[in-house]
Amino acid sequence: MKFVDEFRDPKLIRQAAQEIQRLAKKDRHYRFMEVCGGHTHAIYRFALQDVLPENIELVHGPGCPVCVLPMGRVDDGLSLANDRNVILTAFGDMMRVPGRTGSPLEHKARGADIRMVYSPLDALKLARENPSREVVFFAIGFETTAPSTALTLRTAKQMGLKNFSVFCNHVTIIPAIRAILDSPDMRVEAFIGPGHVSTVIGCRAYEFICRDYGKPLVTSGFEPLDVLQSIVMILRQLDEGTARVENQYARVVPWEGNRPALKAMAEVFELRPFFEWRGLGFISQSALRIRDTYAEFDAERRFSMPGIRVTDPKAAQCGEVLKGVLKPHQCKLFGRECTPEHPVGALMVSSEGACAAYFNYAMRKSDAVAV
Amino acid sequence: MCLAIPGRIVEFVAGEPHLAVVEVAKVRRRVNIDLLREDGLAIDDWVLIHVGFAMSKIGVAEADEQMRLLAMLGEDQQAMDELIGYRFE
Repeated sequence: MKFVDEFRDPKLIRQAAQEIQRLAKKDRHYRFMEVCGGHTHAIYRFALQDVLPENIELVHGPGCPVCVLPMGRVDDGLSLANDRNVILTAFGDMMRVPGRTGSPLEHKARGADIRMVYSPLDALKLARENPSREVVFFAIGFETTAPSTALTLRTAKQMGLKNFSVFCNHVTIIPAIRAILDSPDMRVEAFIGPGHVSTVIGCRAYEFICRDYGKPLVTSGFEPLDVLQSIVMILRQLDEGTARVENQYARVVPWEGNRPALKAMAEVFELRPFFEWRGLGFISQSALRIRDTYAEFDAERRFSMPGIRVTDPKAAQCGEVLKGVLKPHQCKLFGRECTPEHPVGALMVSSEGACAAYFNYAMRKSDAVAV
Repeated sequence: MCLAIPGRIVEFVAGEPHLAVVEVAKVRRRVNIDLLREDGLAIDDWVLIHVGFAMSKIGVAEADEQMRLLAMLGEDQQAMDELIGYRFE
């Protein structure tokens, strides 16, 4: 078993796995949700489910930004690129997400001016270099990327740029967790909290989960040992009958978050009254829009967009997989019509999507962490 | 998008207090350091970079760990492509 030796502390991994075996009560079934898509990727990559006792089930949460974006928003963004004066820019993750008439990459092949960027600042630079064109940045992501968009808009304003705008699809993690907690078909005992989102929002933001819902949350790093230690911390809390926020990833996540990042977000964005999430439906105050003081940089005000709700392809069961009701391979399209090469649903696009992670790794048990 | 790239600060950009040059596996690029201005960054500090912005200050051990993790998740090349792809100056 190959990977265990490449890790720093194979002995600690074994100890954590044994501790989990000891703490998990045989007569109980545990469902823990890892909120972040990065964790989903790591859990499949290292086949961590195989290290856990059978009565601990990991449920994959909504923390993959391209996965939760409804198709109508993809179409809205793509509609901008029909304007020949517009250069539409997007992260690589976005380029292969299917809209109703194809992905951004396919639209680009048909002649639309759509360019992949690695940073919103790259989009800003394109705007400066192309003063006669309109440059729009298709912004997606949770609190890990939203501060970057906010700072980019602040810079655009300082520069007095007139040809740059943002199509804002930033979402916030807390309302999504609340929606999951309030959903009648969700039964999750505890949460493995996101790593890098928490560097921005800190740990305090999660306290309501423990206080109001009585469920533990442990923010976690991404290595196998991190995830296993987080599960140990959760099981200890359940054993003690307590529910609190703990920070397993304290070497990176400050308890109070990142103040300049929160300030920049508050200056540029405000909460939308509601926003549609793929699989979860409309969630109130769960996404960000651009404030009036930055209205000139808001692509939704600057251009007219169809704004039509688009239902997912009928056969695709992305919603059920996103809610953890179905496992990826239980979807009718999984591995047949829908593959990472030809994704039908967004969960097959990003490496952080549960379906792509399952497709790429689930069959390769020999790569598992050995215990 | 959830995983960050670790970089070592090798230079601050004169007259551009929001920028620093980071080095990752011998590649140097400018990144924005506005979000860490309260952290008192110094040369040789390690930071985690997301979409062109340094998001957290970390130790050298965490930087090593993050690089290894990216490699094991098969995202190291993607991370280098991203870094090389930053075009803002």
